[in-house]
Amino acid sequence: MWHNLARLGRYRGLIQSLVARELKARYRGSVLGFFWSFVNPLLLLLVYTFVFTYILPAKFMYPDGKTPIDHYALFLFCGLLPWTWFSSSLLEASGSLISGGNLIKKVLFPAEVLPIVSVLANMVHFFLGLLILAVFFVYYRHVPDLAGLFWFPVAVAIQLVFTLALALLLSALTVHFRDIRDLLANLLTFWFFATPIVYPYFLDTVSSFRWLFDYNPFFHLAASYQEILYFVGPVGHVRWLLALGVASAALFVFAYWVFDRLRDSFAEAV
Amino acid sequence: MSATEARRAPAVIELANVSKAYRRYGGRHFATLKSALLQRSILRDLRPSEILPALKDVSFSVREGSTFGVVGRNGSGKSTTLKLVAGITKPTSGRVTVRGRISALIELGAGFHPEISGRENIFINGIMLGLTKREIQRRFDEIVDFAELREFIDAPVKTYSSGMYMRLGFSVAIHVDPEVLLVDEVLAVGDEGFTHKCLDKFGELKRRGKTILLVTHALGLVERFCDEAIWLEEGQKRAEGDPKRVVGAYITDVERQEEQFLAASDARTQHDVGAADRRPQGPVEAGDAATDMSRAAEGRWGSGDVEITDVRLENDQGQATHVFHTGEPMTVRIQVHARRPTRDFVFGVGLFNPEGVCIYGTNTDIEEHQGDTLEGTAEVTLVIEAIDLVEGTYKLDVAVHKRDGAPYDYHRLLYTFRVKSRLEDVGIYRPRHRWEFSGGVSFKRLV
Repeated sequence: MWHNLARLGRYRGLIQSLVARELKARYRGSVLGFFWSFVNPLLLLLVYTFVFTYILPAKFMYPDGKTPIDHYALFLFCGLLPWTWFSSSLLEASGSLISGGNLIKKVLFPAEVLPIVSVLANMVHFFLGLLILAVFFVYYRHVPDLAGLFWFPVAVAIQLVFTLALALLLSALTVHFRDIRDLLANLLTFWFFATPIVYPYFLDTVSSFRWLFDYNPFFHLAASYQEILYFVGPVGHVRWLLALGVASAALFVFAYWVFDRLRDSFAEAV
Repeated sequence: MSATEARRAPAVIELANVSKAYRRYGGRHFATLKSALLQRSILRDLRPSEILPALKDVSFSVREGSTFGVVGRNGSGKSTTLKLVAGITKPTSGRVTVRGRISALIELGAGFHPEISGRENIFINGIMLGLTKREIQRRFDEIVDFAELREFIDAPVKTYSSGMYMRLGFSVAIHVDPEVLLVDEVLAVGDEGFTHKCLDKFGELKRRGKTILLVTHALGLVERFCDEAIWLEEGQKRAEGDPKRVVGAYITDVERQEEQFLAASDARTQHDVGAADRRPQGPVEAGDAATDMSRAAEGRWGSGDVEITDVRLENDQGQATHVFHTGEPMTVRIQVHARRPTRDFVFGVGLFNPEGVCIYGTNTDIEEHQGDTLEGTAEVTLVIEAIDLVEGTYKLDVAVHKRDGAPYDYHRLLYTFRVKSRLEDVGIYRPRHRWEFSGGVSFKRLV
């Protein structure tokens, strides 16, 4: 297993070109082409903003109960972007071994590259989405805390490890249990609303279940992103974030172990 | 390189007591998460429930620079062997050792993405096969020219014909500059011209001292091309060594099985027809046969006053067989029994190709044998000195009837035989022939 894990470094070039292929192929033949990477999150954002400002006007207050959260769209975007990266990665990764079956069966091909490529391709979309976020920052004249921004790459790195771990685990299991893909789609919808993305985590209703929320790994990521990018003041979620980092690393090792155990069955079961 | 040299060279591919069993997961149940969770059987379902052996204790080694052929029927484990050597699957037991860079021409273009251009696919495919970007850059033109896709290289691969697709896949794989090349039945790609180009390329690699492992049904290729060969049968090694000898043994075995199969199916039709009523039918003119036969099914009819009791096809050694090689002699031995003596009788034989076309029909009357007496048991033999037919399955009509055509016993298409040929010539009839050349003409010799 460690040997295989070490070998992964040698597939850098392969992973790189497969991610590039994935991105190129995705928008081939569409009129807007690569702009969809910008348009997609923008439209999503418009929908949520419309719903939560006009249909279901949510007046979220800061914990002091007096200051309202302004620029709801901005707040929403800080949590929504990472979530989109996370959920699309998992959905794509879970089917990646099956759709890439040709490669696994017919060519000497390191199978773990496929879920990894799914995660990385979506990470590129995430980065493109960040550009839009930057435009919004300028538009609303919102300046995130510069000291807090230091934690941003840390959060991204931890999310990457966490997502990779789940992607490896799910892709390997989906080969044997095809229903994971459908199950996952529903689970992710539930998970989305169970995570403070459309609402801030310090709501009273959330606080009373805080112990339950603490078990939600993505809660800590979303809260961290919101603290780093949106809320003023120091980032108070760092300890949780780092704990999640350690847990993610452990999960990754476990996921890779499972993947490696099942590796030989892929070529036959796909 | 000569065979003795090859024997001294070190082994590049080595299989030691290799067995491979494919596992079926979950058996007959649908391996769904639900059932696994309900029955708490996740771990059990991830364990194989059924074992299908594909290779059993196979050992061989391929020397550096030699070309090694693997022959065998479908399902004999040839492709599994190749996959094991390529490292795509792992042996269940035993050891597979390969030294040097492998390129597997197993599934051409398996890694192509239909939406992106041929150019981009070459790069990605090349990287998958272990080249660096720079190496591909250097070989790019060569790859494109070899695939004959210069004008289409920037079009998405999904617009390619299957031939173009295969050519591109082949071209990339062969330009990886492998030390060991694994080839699985890929010469079926592309047109005649491309196949020759591939063979030339193999020849070139062979001359440059590359090791080639070739899995194919094209036995002629194995004989011409390989220094050594093995024959796999149901996952086991049946023969190994000189390709001519191995291929010969394999062909003999294939023919033996074909013979058994034809004998069994012939016996079955004869049994079925014999059970049906024998209805007397109108006279049959020898000339009618040809037009009529193409629509005809197997059958038997006639008055039964004279009965054909047995028909045997024999080879030149007098052995009953159903398989002949083109150009070999064939004897049709017919046993008849006359219930009462008769002076009016004609024996006839008709030969039909798989499309139902009458290749040849004759009878004793046409060939001016005037019947005089027929009584009791008799044997009639038609000796064909050389069965000059192209490869295929043929059927025989055998009949005894009156001079006016009224049948005593007519056996239509009841006897089957197969003609084997090493050549792929076509047509109905194969005249004895040879080629002669003079002046400024010469022919290439393969390898």
